[in-house]
Amino acid sequence: MPSKTHVQTTINGEPRDFLCEPRQSLLEVLRDTLNMTGTKEGCNDGNCGSCTITLNGRLVNSCLVLGVEAEASQITTIEGIAQGNQLHPIQKAFLENAALQCGICTPGFIVATKTLLEKEPHPTEERIRFFLSNNLCRCTGYDKIIKAVQQAAKEMSA
Amino acid sequence: MSEKYSVIGTRPIRHDGADKVTGRALYGADFQMAGLLRGFILRSPHAHARIQRIDTSKAEAFPGVHAVITTKDFPQVDGTKMVDLGEGLMPLAYARGNVLAGDKVLYRGHAVAAVAAINAHVAEEAAALIEVEYEVLPCVLTAPEAMQPNAPILHADLTTKELGENTGKVSNIADHIRFSIGDTNAGFEAADLIVEREFNTATVHQGYIEPHNATALWNTDGRISIWCSTQGSFVVRDATAGILDIPVSQIKVTPMEIGGGFGGKIPVYLEPVAALLSKKTGRPVKILMPRQAVFEATGPTPGSYMKVKIGAKKDGTITAAQAYLAFEAGAYPGAMVVPGAMTVFAAYDLANVLIDGYDVVVNKPSTAAYRAPGAPNAAFATESVIDELAEKLNLDPIDLRLKNAAKEGTRRADGPKFPRIGCIEVLEAMKNSEHYRSTLTGPNRGRGVALGFWFNIGFPSSCTLNVTADGTVNLIEGSTDIGGSRTSIAMQAAEVLGLKAEDIHPSIVDTDSIGFTAVTGGSRTTFATGWAAYEAAQDVVRQMKERAAKLWEVSPDSVTAEKGLYKSNGHSIGFKDLAARIAETGGPIVGRAAVDPRGAGGSFAGAIVDVEIDPETGKTTILRFTSVQDAGRAIHPAYVEGQMQGGSVQGIGWALNEEYFMSNDGRMMNSSFLDYRMPTALDVPMIETIIVEVPNPGHPFGVRGVGEANIIPPQAAIANAITRAIGTRLTRLPMNPPAIMEAIWCQKSSSPHS
Repeated sequence: MPSKTHVQTTINGEPRDFLCEPRQSLLEVLRDTLNMTGTKEGCNDGNCGSCTITLNGRLVNSCLVLGVEAEASQITTIEGIAQGNQLHPIQKAFLENAALQCGICTPGFIVATKTLLEKEPHPTEERIRFFLSNNLCRCTGYDKIIKAVQQAAKEMSA
Repeated sequence: MSEKYSVIGTRPIRHDGADKVTGRALYGADFQMAGLLRGFILRSPHAHARIQRIDTSKAEAFPGVHAVITTKDFPQVDGTKMVDLGEGLMPLAYARGNVLAGDKVLYRGHAVAAVAAINAHVAEEAAALIEVEYEVLPCVLTAPEAMQPNAPILHADLTTKELGENTGKVSNIADHIRFSIGDTNAGFEAADLIVEREFNTATVHQGYIEPHNATALWNTDGRISIWCSTQGSFVVRDATAGILDIPVSQIKVTPMEIGGGFGGKIPVYLEPVAALLSKKTGRPVKILMPRQAVFEATGPTPGSYMKVKIGAKKDGTITAAQAYLAFEAGAYPGAMVVPGAMTVFAAYDLANVLIDGYDVVVNKPSTAAYRAPGAPNAAFATESVIDELAEKLNLDPIDLRLKNAAKEGTRRADGPKFPRIGCIEVLEAMKNSEHYRSTLTGPNRGRGVALGFWFNIGFPSSCTLNVTADGTVNLIEGSTDIGGSRTSIAMQAAEVLGLKAEDIHPSIVDTDSIGFTAVTGGSRTTFATGWAAYEAAQDVVRQMKERAAKLWEVSPDSVTAEKGLYKSNGHSIGFKDLAARIAETGGPIVGRAAVDPRGAGGSFAGAIVDVEIDPETGKTTILRFTSVQDAGRAIHPAYVEGQMQGGSVQGIGWALNEEYFMSNDGRMMNSSFLDYRMPTALDVPMIETIIVEVPNPGHPFGVRGVGEANIIPPQAAIANAITRAIGTRLTRLPMNPPAIMEAIWCQKSSSPHS
């Protein structure tokens, strides 16, 4: 059994530390070690975006990051988007626009959208589509997701 | 929205919404339990091979491993016993064999053995230590090849059923079916124009984002608990019981949230394996399927070879239609060629029809349902030929379809007569749409249309309603919710009770806690479970009337209920006030219903698409797309639109990019989301929707079901649009850039001016 490394991080604003094997992905650590199962696994090879988180402000697929690489980093996951019981405007917009069906891709889309709107508060439809093209959704055909992002952009800059 | 209704036709926030946007919703892979072991399945590297020997000793000795199983660990029951695993009767040996291979592997990725260990990495490492000796056999990958007399045979015990009679002849053709009406020879003789074309479609996958998963605990009392991602918890229960040869009463299945299915999460793959590993270890065992295995070893939709011939008069009247459909079943029989054959000409009112369908086994994964299974393949062929007829007869393609459209009373080639249907209404909505009336200009651009029909199904559903003292109602159901069905079902109860959608709290419970409920599939959930909720709500209303009568000391028959207001002889009380008094008037009120409705209304869908082709690269851009569908009644229009948009984009992927790209030795070369290229947000435009509502006379609110028909027309509509854009017709799916470049080059080289 490989020995484990002690890793200290900040997740959703709280200090969190964990032990992990060198081969464990950050996704696996989040889900299996820290029981933060809001971040989803769809492919485990960086092609679906379901496990999208931010690592030091950068959008990443957590399946492509090793747990040990997270040392001293700031991580935001889907569990850190709402403020207590107050949904983020993006979360509200997804609900109001029926922008989810099965919901498995939704956490990844919401985390990615938040990063987009923080960088670019007024994206065009084309820009939204380009930015979210790392996140696969098989249920919605994207139409209502794009509309939700447009609504959230409007509300967040109002 | 109809004024008749207060809740139906509105767009409330879905009940599970907050959980799903915060990451709190628990999907199958999220399930945790004390003492949980992790399983890993070893899969065949060969598409067709005999297993000579399996040695599991090294894996068993690997530190951290608790158990290893192979086919020998199944109860040794006669494999010829027939079992129904939710999609019709099949020999137990086939059902069991697809879960863990017997003496042969029939496709690359076929499960061979499984390991349970302290974590997933150890299980995977140990699986690599299992020694399997294979005698590799030649493989066969397409239906036409598998039908050849000298083709490698997959199953030595599979004999061809020819028009209902078993021929006793061993071959890869499991079944040849035929539907016919009238006299096609006479019909073709009467035609002014006959178009006959051959078509091929590649194997495609449902592509749900959540991989299959299952956790099982075989308890010391012999009872098995299963937590998994499934479209039908009762199907998992019954299939697992069938495969393990134990009574259904010994299994409790708890459906977790499901991350997409589209038909592909009806069969069981992992559940019986996890159960056997749990039995051997005495611990709960969780198995997560890797994405590559999802592609290689779960059920995609059949690839197909088809020939369609249609004859018509100059005025567009179709005089005869003939189809030959050969569908790849994958490793085991059951290629969905029956629904393909039933739907191939179902959108038209025809006097002379002959349809032959062949169910053919090949060395690819065993196919499963995918949204209107069989129909998109068939419609690609028919709707392409119809389009060519319209072009050659110089008729508007929608007018040609309208001239021959199926209507109430039309007899389908497979027998049944249509009840009230919305085929004509869908075509008229297409014709009158702003999209169709707009002008498309510019080089390398084209517009196409197509039509599709799907039956939809009924099947059993159960529902319980518990009235609470605060005047809300807890709704208990067994239909797993893939796309907002909690809400569309709750809305139907709310409509009857005169409550708001938010006053109903739906829960999807385990198989011990609700009556039998069939799969979430066949577009049936809002139709059938919604109907169960309607009936259960009527049961609540009846009991509430009795309570009001008791309060007022009047006869229950004198009490009326309308939109939640109960009245009798000058008395009146609202639902909530009455609910507050149920304790004093006789105790709890529980409404119950179990239904098995037969009146599923068929649904028609149409697509209008504008494309632009890049003549340098062969890339197709979807400029504009409109999906039209008869919903019967749209309970929650936003989620109806969502079904239409999702089905349309799956159809776009199917048309343009998606395919199982197979090597000659049967290896899927593109078994990842990088290479199996599903549409991204950047690949598609907004999907416009037109909901047609021709109420289904077979449902209290007129619901038809909307999950499937929308995926049928996009492929042909896009093919027809590409034909207009480049001047040549593609008859093979996918119509990817290389295929389009080839078509453009062939056209140039055959042109007299080149």
